[in-house]
Amino acid sequence: MPATSVEREIFIEAPPEIVWGVITEPEQISSWFSDDADIEPRSGMDGTLTWKPGGRGGEVEADLVVPIRVVDAEPFRRFSFRWNHQQGVEPDESNSALVEFRLIEEDGATRLKVVESGIDAVAHDVESSTRYRAEHEDGWEKHFAELLDYLASNAGRAS
Amino acid sequence: MTGALAETEDDALWAAVADPTRRRVLDALLERGEATTTTLAEGLPVTRQAVAKHLVVLDRVGLVAGQRSGREVRYAVRPERLDDAAAAMARVAAQWDRRLARIKRLAESVQAEARIDFQHRQGEAR
Repeated sequence: MPATSVEREIFIEAPPEIVWGVITEPEQISSWFSDDADIEPRSGMDGTLTWKPGGRGGEVEADLVVPIRVVDAEPFRRFSFRWNHQQGVEPDESNSALVEFRLIEEDGATRLKVVESGIDAVAHDVESSTRYRAEHEDGWEKHFAELLDYLASNAGRAS
Repeated sequence: MTGALAETEDDALWAAVADPTRRRVLDALLERGEATTTTLAEGLPVTRQAVAKHLVVLDRVGLVAGQRSGREVRYAVRPERLDDAAAAMARVAAQWDRRLARIKRLAESVQAEARIDFQHRQGEAR
């Protein structure tokens, strides 16, 4: 049987301090995850991720606001949250998925691991729409690559 | 949304495999290839009636198919539906791959900027 969790990892040529900022700061989260983020990396904090029509949400018809609850936040090492539970409901194993980031320092660089578990608990509501979104994200990725190229060429000119 | 029908089907599939006992029934059936409710119940810590109920749910989402033979129904796993469940997991994994790739690009561009700043400051200090 397929497991109901997925585990992925990536090697990043930047120290954990920088990676930590990218995955926990709202301004940075809105550059790789949702269109808007209201989140504080402290255990027990409730926050939201928002996908907007015409944004990275692809074809969402109205703002899609996904509640999250921070479970664990150990600066530069671990960050985890529950998400995809219904708004106003206490998140637990039965009604939400758990996303856990682990940052492992390797010679000034970072191995970033992510495990999402309990996917079957939420497959019937928001997860299926995030899945739908994923299939429409490729266009945005191209824009992001262009933006990075633009920043890189401008930085070169400035120095 | 064009994916609406597919999503509803996925949802039922998830609900069917979310139950641990049903997963054990499926595992047992995969091992045997083909089995009746009675033979499945013999190898599991649940009653024949419970196994029958789980098989009905699995049958409804198309994960197993039953074939009547005499007084009994012989069940078998339908591998193509299992592949659907695996594909749904693969989609979630692919989504994280995309997000991680973006995190990498962001972090590395921030790091590159920090390095340029540092070299700049060193140059000025000299």
